[in-house]
Amino acid sequence: MPQEAERLEESPKGRLSRDIQRKIGQQLRAMYTDVVNEGVPDRFADLLRRLDEKEKQ
Amino acid sequence: MPAQDDMREAMLAAVPNLRAFAVSLCGDMDRANDLVQETLLRAWAHQDSFEPGTNMSAWLFTILRNHFRTEYRKRRREVEDADGGYAERLTSPEAQTGHVEFGELREALLQLPPDQREALILVGASGFSYEEAAHICDCAVGTIKSRVNRARKKLAEILTIELGQGTEVEPEILIRRAV
Repeated sequence: MPQEAERLEESPKGRLSRDIQRKIGQQLRAMYTDVVNEGVPDRFADLLRRLDEKEKQ
Repeated sequence: MPAQDDMREAMLAAVPNLRAFAVSLCGDMDRANDLVQETLLRAWAHQDSFEPGTNMSAWLFTILRNHFRTEYRKRRREVEDADGGYAERLTSPEAQTGHVEFGELREALLQLPPDQREALILVGASGFSYEEAAHICDCAVGTIKSRVNRARKKLAEILTIELGQGTEVEPEILIRRAV
């Protein structure tokens, strides 16, 4: 019965687990973005420049 | 040679995301940087295998992911102890990454099986579609979906397990303590 299902959906436990999932999703993205925002460390720009120069010689 | 400059620019632009993916996989920034470096070297050496017009970022992620999996298997054979546990788990992620605030989450991620971990990160953080993630991990879309679901469930379990789920604690407090 759909109504029954809806009530189950709204149970405190269901709401809790949904809230936790949403919060974990946010934290996961925040953790990831934190590293993305560090940009490109010099060692990688240097590495690609060296590879590029070597090939162009 | 403009094509080569484009290649270099595109690879450079992908570095921040590759680092974030790598450190989420291995939990160690030094090792993550080495993974990215190896990825760039391999990609550069195999430029011919990149199909122009396809997703460069997905191609680089695939190389990094495959390299990590090969390394992971090698390491596991080397460090597997009598209990079947891995030395990797004994190290403290926050001490190694310098990102103290996400220490618990990083630690929890490392407790997931690698196939669930990579699926969750690709879809939940890197922003790839299920189809793209399936392509990167060389498996079916349905497999990725079920791995992501299992990873989410397990992560919530790990992060709430000692916090008395099912007790009278207010949900908001539980969530704040959990994540």
